[in-house]
Amino acid sequence: MCGIVGLLLKKPSWDARLGELLVPMLIGMTERGPDSAGLAVYASEPIAALKWSLFQLHGEPDWGAFLRKLNATLPGEHGLHESGRHAVLTTSADAATVKQRIAATPGVVLLSQGHRIELYKDIGTPGDIATRYGFGKFTGSHAVGHTRMATESAVTPDRAHPFTAGEDFCLVHNGSLSNPYRVRRKLEPLGIHFDTDNDTEAATRFLEWRTREGDSIEAAIEKGFTELDGFFTFLIGTQNGMSLVRDPFACKPAIVAETEDYVAVSSEYRSLAHLPGVGGAKLFEPQPRTVYHWERT
Amino acid sequence: MSEQVEFDLTGGQGLRKLNGWLHARAGSATASAVRVLHPDGAHNIAVGADVAFDIDVMGNVGYYVAGMNKLAKITVHGNASTGAAENMMSGEVRIKGFASNGAGASAHGGLLVIEGDASLRCGISLKGGDIVVGGSVGSFSAFMAQAGRLVVCGDAGDALGDSLYEAVIYVRGKVASLGADARFEPMTPADTAELGELLARAGFTHDPREFRKVTSARSLYHWHAEANQEY
Repeated sequence: MCGIVGLLLKKPSWDARLGELLVPMLIGMTERGPDSAGLAVYASEPIAALKWSLFQLHGEPDWGAFLRKLNATLPGEHGLHESGRHAVLTTSADAATVKQRIAATPGVVLLSQGHRIELYKDIGTPGDIATRYGFGKFTGSHAVGHTRMATESAVTPDRAHPFTAGEDFCLVHNGSLSNPYRVRRKLEPLGIHFDTDNDTEAATRFLEWRTREGDSIEAAIEKGFTELDGFFTFLIGTQNGMSLVRDPFACKPAIVAETEDYVAVSSEYRSLAHLPGVGGAKLFEPQPRTVYHWERT
Repeated sequence: MSEQVEFDLTGGQGLRKLNGWLHARAGSATASAVRVLHPDGAHNIAVGADVAFDIDVMGNVGYYVAGMNKLAKITVHGNASTGAAENMMSGEVRIKGFASNGAGASAHGGLLVIEGDASLRCGISLKGGDIVVGGSVGSFSAFMAQAGRLVVCGDAGDALGDSLYEAVIYVRGKVASLGADARFEPMTPADTAELGELLARAGFTHDPREFRKVTSARSLYHWHAEANQEY
């Protein structure tokens, strides 16, 4: 199973309500994905520096020590917002060096990097995780979330969705791929590093690689129809919007509600029923093998 | 005397009450009118009904609404998710909006009317029920359908009627492609009369002569060895 949810607010005046509207969407998908959950949230405006979402996967976090060490040894402005096992580092230091420092920190994994994205994921029920990290207070222009019932790899925080690659790019997946290792064998010789053995990570890295090579998101997904074998509904977060696609057999559900204020995507309507004005929304099921893309205009 | 009953599904507590109430009245001769408020996409609404009640569901529903229905007349005033009226035995189920994948799957009897579009695999493995879709149906509809009728007032997706047995499909619009062993067959006067009656019962006014008929070519019924058994 697994549940996917996404919400893109069309008007900045709604941004303060992003988390409040999204948490019931995530909790509504608990039966589809009770073992882990995650959320990528995009800030209303990009910042000049890079934001790095970090997670203490092994051992106990000591984010204060992490920041002190950065301040002492790495030139630049560093800020750190910590939230339990999660922390978001904002720094003016160059990306390659920061990445090395994160990789050298015992037990810490990098979940996302970008100018707008922050990413939180962990094991537990969606409701517990939303409370643990205060999802309800999040603000921003759009967010992409996932509730996981694992089939293709172990239940660990780093194998929860969303997966990310590159900057401000994330993906959540309902379904399973049958050729993730083939995709991985194709990408690794190109210098693309994998963090886990999860099938969705292969799809994320493949599609992000295509967009980095110059493909539009639509063109990248079109290549995905050939390269990625399996069942999928993918919801993809990008710096300015989100994209949705279902495989040609459309085994995995999705429903979209669009009003003049928002576009909301979910695996099932029961996660949309609470949204303001949903009674008058344009409701539709995305067609198989068709790419939908929304941005704030 | 007819009884009027309401169930409010707000907060998720009402579903078991509704279904338990319906099951406790299986076989009842008393007519009842049931309204289900705030379905909000809940699964399994009014499954396993076995009473000739009128049940109105006032909104969008989740999976398997009216599944295994016997006798009841169930109307969804909204859209339905996967498996609406799956395995229906008799009665009538009407979806006022659109229906997701696998609507009417395996239905043995009764009438399922979908006023909007139906998604993929509508009427898969149909075993004797009638399905009338006001809009279009997605790919693989009536896959392996054994008996009964699927009427599509709009268009059909790919592989319509793949591996069809003795069910009959009537389609008014374009057919993206026929499935293996499905073929168009001329409409007979008996077909036109039968389809006209079914359309009227479903509340549609289309001229039955606008429809084409798809049936099984029956070439998959028996094993053929002409390919030198090289499979």
